[in-house]
Amino acid sequence: MSAAPVIELAGLTKAYNLGTPVETEVLHGIDLSLAEGEFAALIGPSGSGKSTLLNIIGLLERPTGGRLSIGGRDTASLSEAEITQLRGRSIGFVFQFHHLLPAFTALENVMMPSIIARGRPDDEAEATALALLDAVGLKAHALKKPAELSGGQQQRVAIARALALRPRLILADEPTGNLDTHTADDIFALLREFNRQSNCACLIVTHDPRLAARCDRIVRLVDGRIADDLPTAAETNP
Amino acid sequence: MKFRLPFAPLVALRFLREGRMQTLLILAGTTGGVAVIVFLTQLITQLQAQIVDRVLGSQAHVVIRPAEEVNRRAIDDAGFASIVEPRAQRLRSIDQWENIARLAADMPGVTAVSPVVTGPAFAVRGQASKSVALMGVDAERYRRIVRMEEYMVAGRFAVEGTRAVIGSELAKDLGIRMDDKLRVALPNGRDELLQVGGIFDIGNRDLNRRWVFVTLPLAQSLLDLPGGVSNLDLTVADIFEAQPVADRLRGATSLNVESWMQTNAQLLAALRNQSVSNNLIRSFVVIIVALGIASVLVVSVVQKQKEIGILRAMGASRSMILQIFLIQGAVVGAVGSVLGSMLAFTLLNVFSAIYRNADGQPLFAAELEPRFIAMAALVATCVGLLSALIPARRAARMDPVQAIRS
Ligand SMILES: Nc1ncnc2c1ncn2[C@@H]1O[C@H](COP(=O)(O)OP(=O)(O)O)[C@@H](O)[C@H]1O
Ligand SMILES: [Mg+2]
Repeated sequence: MSAAPVIELAGLTKAYNLGTPVETEVLHGIDLSLAEGEFAALIGPSGSGKSTLLNIIGLLERPTGGRLSIGGRDTASLSEAEITQLRGRSIGFVFQFHHLLPAFTALENVMMPSIIARGRPDDEAEATALALLDAVGLKAHALKKPAELSGGQQQRVAIARALALRPRLILADEPTGNLDTHTADDIFALLREFNRQSNCACLIVTHDPRLAARCDRIVRLVDGRIADDLPTAAETNP
Repeated sequence: MKFRLPFAPLVALRFLREGRMQTLLILAGTTGGVAVIVFLTQLITQLQAQIVDRVLGSQAHVVIRPAEEVNRRAIDDAGFASIVEPRAQRLRSIDQWENIARLAADMPGVTAVSPVVTGPAFAVRGQASKSVALMGVDAERYRRIVRMEEYMVAGRFAVEGTRAVIGSELAKDLGIRMDDKLRVALPNGRDELLQVGGIFDIGNRDLNRRWVFVTLPLAQSLLDLPGGVSNLDLTVADIFEAQPVADRLRGATSLNVESWMQTNAQLLAALRNQSVSNNLIRSFVVIIVALGIASVLVVSVVQKQKEIGILRAMGASRSMILQIFLIQGAVVGAVGSVLGSMLAFTLLNVFSAIYRNADGQPLFAAELEPRFIAMAALVATCVGLLSALIPARRAARMDPVQAIRS
């Protein structure tokens, strides 16, 4: 595997309520690396620390110990502002509950990462967002508010939004968790397609063994430790 | 190229639009608060200006009189108990009044100086006799002290020879019309036959009854003050600078110098108290409006927790979140000040139509000075910003993960 690593975790730990009687370590020394273009599933029982791990990799939370590098940069030394910027420009999130902004249209939601990064909306961002909405099959719904869209449509908007700035890393936390099988397959296929197109690294939390089997690699987390990390047969698929 | 709002105002306005009911409520509160403040300020400023204007309509801003005569004790010995009675003040002239007048006229802030000879007399016509104040003036100069020409109901404010100008009450009491004759008699036995060349109504019954204007030389000779004047009347550029001007003149001349602010000390104290209570009301309203804006925004921050988390996850910095809520406060303040000024204008119109003076004129003008609107806009926007500070900081400090997990 010669592709450059997008994320590298070494001995990463996370404890909550540090220094209090209810201190609990949720992640115990995670070693993990994800290369450009890799499409990995993160599975494990509920409460095993999947979301925590994703939030740490996504720079929403800081680890308690260990090392986290993104794009070769050690994140420990970065300031709050640098972290925020890195998160905005290099990482795309897809959450289980779409987490769209209800006050904005689908188009505006997709433009939002660019609006934040550049300070204001512009024509280029709008064109990109429209193209993305087209790609997820929602061009006709661009001016609708999230509340006017179905669950599957909302999640597609969320995916389009995650891709808006062409991030090097996509983190998806149970993106198909509350969708029916058919819609879930569609969403998954979309992610897979973008992964192939843009060569970004993807880490996708899922409970669905069927979907996990269609990833390049399955990382299984049990009680805050990586129990196994294996390539799938799918990797050999064309 | 269409206009596109930058990130923070864009999100702030969208949040305000989304929380329709809350936004309407704080806007209503801010509008009401601004309206009360603007209305009160405009009303009180107008009424106070009117009162001062009315008082100064018949008064000099500063009057210079001879120094009071006091009794000096011949033996200045602390061992003696003594009663020192004030002396009755007789009519005297200001020493070298021409020099004093020149000195006063050269003083910065003084715009007019007019010599006046005044003393008691009786106005006699047939059997009737009225006690009056003889006022010897140079009409041209006195006009710059009291705007007599504005008060004339007949004739002009001009005195020459034995032509005099009297008040409407005196004219009525003695049954005098224009060009009628009128005799004035003085305590010293002198008298003179005057011809009425003008009748004024200065809006004050007492003065309309008492003032009899004649030429300076005539009054001087009748009152036994040849070449002298009993007081110098001054007009100053800024009426509230009258006191310092008076103080400086007193220091320079050691004469008895009084400003209208001393003469009307009680009135001024009343006006000042009114201003104090007005300020108190305004402060309370500002505080209440600020608390209203702050509390609604605090609730809004809690409600928007998830959106804030999403924005942060997409790369929005803390300061961007802070700005979103500060802008909301400022917008509420600014819009509230516009609506509030409009409401105040409406109130002024309504009340000026209802409340009228005895003469049927509106008690106050239904006009709003632009500076009050500007002041309201500035204050309301700042208050909005400041009230948003605490909620905005809470929003900025919020943990994005908490919002996203739930
Ligand atoms: N803020 C927190 N404070 C304390 N414990 C937490 C916090 N967040 C998560 N946890 C705990 O961490 C563990 C892992 O949670 P999570 O990462 O959400 O697991 P998963 O996503 O795999 O279901 C759980 O036991 C959860 O209770
Ligand atoms: Mg989870």
